[in-house]
Amino acid sequence: MVEKPNMSFDQIPGTYVFDGRRSRMGYPLNKMSAALNNPADREAFQSDPEAFMERYGLSDEQREAVRTRDWLSMIKHGGNIYFAYKIGVMDGLTVQQVLAAMTGTSAEEFKQMMSNGGRQPNG
Amino acid sequence: MAEIVAGIGISHVPALGPAVDAAASGQDTNPDMKAFTDVGTWLAQTKPDVVVVIYNDHGASFSFDLVPTFAIGAAESYLPADEGFGRPPLPAYPGDAELSWHIIDSVVPEGFDLTVCQSLDVDHGFSTPMKVLFGTPEAWPVKVIPLAVNVVQQPTPSARRCYELGLAIGRALRSYPKDTRVAVIGTGGMSHQLQGERAGHINPDFDQQFLSEIVNDPENLASLSNPDYIHLAGSEGAELVMWLIMRGALGQNVEAGLSGYVIPVANTAAGVVAMQNAG
Repeated sequence: MVEKPNMSFDQIPGTYVFDGRRSRMGYPLNKMSAALNNPADREAFQSDPEAFMERYGLSDEQREAVRTRDWLSMIKHGGNIYFAYKIGVMDGLTVQQVLAAMTGTSAEEFKQMMSNGGRQPNG
Repeated sequence: MAEIVAGIGISHVPALGPAVDAAASGQDTNPDMKAFTDVGTWLAQTKPDVVVVIYNDHGASFSFDLVPTFAIGAAESYLPADEGFGRPPLPAYPGDAELSWHIIDSVVPEGFDLTVCQSLDVDHGFSTPMKVLFGTPEAWPVKVIPLAVNVVQQPTPSARRCYELGLAIGRALRSYPKDTRVAVIGTGGMSHQLQGERAGHINPDFDQQFLSEIVNDPENLASLSNPDYIHLAGSEGAELVMWLIMRGALGQNVEAGLSGYVIPVANTAAGVVAMQNAG
C-alpha cells in the first residue's frame, strides 16, 4: 500500500510548490509568458525583450532572471515552469535543456540521468 | 442508455507520441512500450462513441488570470491550442455538447461546481493521449468531452475530491438516455518534476503501486494529500489525481485489460492502464 509521508509543501526538498504566494509574486512574469502563445507577441518579445518585460511590469529580479535565462531564479520569483518554458521555446530549447540549466548540469548529463532512471527519491 | 465501456489512465507528455510511433514501427524495440502501442487497438475494440478526456491545461487556454478548478467543454468542436510553437496541424476535435450539458446538469446540482466552456482550445495534455489512442486520422473517429483540472496552482482539488467527482460523472453518464458508448480517459503522470533542484525526480516504487491501486484500491489513492502526491510523484507528477476522476466514473469492481510503464519518456515516467467494469 502507498504510504503517506504527511509532509507540508515547504518540507519537500528542492521543490518550489506553486501556491498562492508564488502565483501572486509571479503574476507579471507568468502573464508575460502566457502572451507568448500569440505569434505577434512572440515577435514583440524577440525584437525588444526589455520593452516587453516593461509592458507586463516584471520585478527587477524577474527581469534579470529572464535576461540571463536563470530558470531557477524564475521559479524562485514565482515563475511557473509551464509558462517559463514558453521563453525557452523562443530560444529553441527543449524542456530537458531548460531543466539541465536549472539544475546546473549539462544537457548531456541530465539526459543521461533520465536514461538511468531519473533522480531517485531522496537522491 | 449510455454505457461506460472503458477507462484508461495514460501519460500526456508530448514526447509520448513520437515514442509510441518509434515503438510501433520497430525503430524502438523496448518491450516496455508494448502496452502503449497496444492501447489504441484495445480501446477500439470497446467501440466508444465518445471519450471524456480529463487533462490539465499548461498555460494555453488558462493563464493565472483565471484558474478554474474543474472546467468542462460544452462546445461543438475544439481546436488544438498554440502553446508557443504555432497551432498544431491537427483536425478539430468534434464535441458532444448534448452529453456535456447532461453531465453539467447532473453533477452541478450534486455540488460539483464545474466551469462551463462553450469555447476551449485544448493543449498537449489532451492531444497527446488522443494521438496515442487514435493516431493521426483525417477525422477523429469519436466525439470528445474535455474536462480540464487545475493541477498547477495550489490549492488544487484533492485526490478525494477528484475521485468523488468521478463517481458523480459515472452516475451522470449512466443516466444519459441515449445509447452512447463512452470511454473515460484520465491523463498525466506518472512521477516527474520539472522545477527546482529536484527536477528529474522519478519514483518507480510509487508509480508501480499507483498502477496497481488505481485498479484495485482507489480509496487508498484518494486518501493521499496534495503534499503527499508532490513528495511522492513530483510537483508535476502530482497531476496523477486526474486518473482518480476516471477511476471514479467506472464501477467499484473493474478488470485491468493492459498496463504498462516505461522510464523515461523525455523527463517523465510514463504509464498506461486500461480497464473495464467487471462482470
